[in-house]
Amino acid sequence: MSSGPLISARDVAKRFGSVIALSGVSFDVGPGEVHCLLGDNGAGKSTLIKILSGVHQPSEGGLFVDGEPALFRDPRDALDRGIATVFQDLAMIPLMSVARNFFLGREPIKRLGPIRMLDGDRAADVTRDEMKRMGITLRDPGRPVGTLSGGERQCVAIARAVYFGARVLILDEPTSALGVTQTAMVLKCIDEVRSRGLGVVFITHNVRHALQVGDRFTVLNRGRTLDSRAKSEVTADELQALMSGSVSA
Amino acid sequence: MGGAEEPEAQPPPAQRFLELVKRPELGAVGGLLVVTLFFLFTADPAMFTAAGLMNVMSPAAQLGILAVGAALLMISGEFDLSIGSMVAFAGFVFGAILVVWQAPLAVAILLTFAFAISIGALNAQIVLKTGLPSFIVTLALLFMLRGLSLVGLKWATGGSTQLRGIRESVTGSSLLPLFTGDVSGIPIELLWFAAVAAIGAFVLARTRFGNWILASGGDAEAARNSGVPVADVKAILFIVTACCAALVAILTVLDSGSTDARRGFQKEFEAIIAAVIGGCLLTGGFGSVVGAFFGAIIFGMVVIGLTYTRIDQDWYQVFLGAMLLMAVLFNNYVRKRVAGERS
Repeated sequence: MSSGPLISARDVAKRFGSVIALSGVSFDVGPGEVHCLLGDNGAGKSTLIKILSGVHQPSEGGLFVDGEPALFRDPRDALDRGIATVFQDLAMIPLMSVARNFFLGREPIKRLGPIRMLDGDRAADVTRDEMKRMGITLRDPGRPVGTLSGGERQCVAIARAVYFGARVLILDEPTSALGVTQTAMVLKCIDEVRSRGLGVVFITHNVRHALQVGDRFTVLNRGRTLDSRAKSEVTADELQALMSGSVSA
Repeated sequence: MGGAEEPEAQPPPAQRFLELVKRPELGAVGGLLVVTLFFLFTADPAMFTAAGLMNVMSPAAQLGILAVGAALLMISGEFDLSIGSMVAFAGFVFGAILVVWQAPLAVAILLTFAFAISIGALNAQIVLKTGLPSFIVTLALLFMLRGLSLVGLKWATGGSTQLRGIRESVTGSSLLPLFTGDVSGIPIELLWFAAVAAIGAFVLARTRFGNWILASGGDAEAARNSGVPVADVKAILFIVTACCAALVAILTVLDSGSTDARRGFQKEFEAIIAAVIGGCLLTGGFGSVVGAFFGAIIFGMVVIGLTYTRIDQDWYQVFLGAMLLMAVLFNNYVRKRVAGERS
């Protein structure tokens, strides 16, 4: 694996009719790095996520995967290149079991003569093991996702993306609705993902959460990114001020 | 990093509750026990002889075949109110092909299923293309199919709403033993019921398609984002439901030797009741074919059981409504506990 960025955006702009959502975003993430993208509501975070995940295409500028120009026509393209996005709704079905959600759309199959059936044992084992690696003991992968805590649910979505081959994980406000314990669980999970050499884009408006786990920090304000800073170069107060736009970079 | 605590342990009551949730048919099994006990104390002992139980199982089997289709469709998040009328319409098509065209039984069966498949596909296409609730679309089909059965029967018979002479037209057909009579004392419709329920239960619980049924009803958007072909899943289930209705039509028409426009009257509601008693949520995403199987048997026990007691049979609708209400309250409680308990 090259040490250059896994994915980068250069001077990306996005307009919807006359509305300018992004006017100049440059951003990258390398292997084994958590890059926090901070921004207040309306700063353009959602639009940027949708461009990185292939839902929208940039109006100007472009994306690069492993240094090569890349065009994502749809989310499937992004996934094929190993760019996985965990949206806030998590794409999980509360009434279905953890294991069934983990493998939804990619179910493991075993054959019984001509009959193709779900390999429930394998689904349960893989789910339990992958959750264990994220630091969560899941005694029963057959319990409904709806009975998990918010943090556990987030970690299931992350573990699923990693298991199915993500190289870059884009997390959309994974801690925004969580309490202290639950947040710690998710941050630990992000730490685990980093230690496996994946790049993580951690999108949040919570400076404290970002500082607990981030390696680099980029502030998005009114559709533009300000310079990226390494962890040693920032304080919480500075990031807070940059997000609110009260000082210039 | 670090500092994250191990997730808190579940308290025992919640654990027990979870076991319950994983078995949505438990409510129906409990209901069956209650109903059985009730009739053990109130009914003539003849009800619990082999012959009496066969009497109970006959309406249960006819309804149960419909309930399996209705349950799968409901779990995928859709309804089909036209299945009762579909039984009448399929019965008319089947009877007319046999009596008016004098076609062989095999041809009649194939064409009846072909009709059912196209009506199921029509329901599916209207619902899925327009995004309208399946309740209202299939309500329209309920009336259209019932009306078409009446008009068609009058056309086929020259003015009557009953078409006779079906048994005479199929005598000697080698396919007949598959659809009429019994196998070592067990009526054939019971075996069909058991087979349809077993296949439905296997598909739902043990196959990829079953996973997709649950996901389509649980959250169609999330399912689509995970690569599940939600529209195809629902379309297939509309067709399966219509085919269940066609199978019931073929079995009952061959059994009685005639068909009429009232065949399958209100069966759509009874099938939905059986599915709901079996643990299916009206909103989709949760339920069980095994539950619908027991729900249909409960239905048969109540309908037939009352004839073995001194209780006025007209109580059965009261009984059924009360059971439906209890089942819905219970299911709703389960859904709330599972979907919104903690965040």
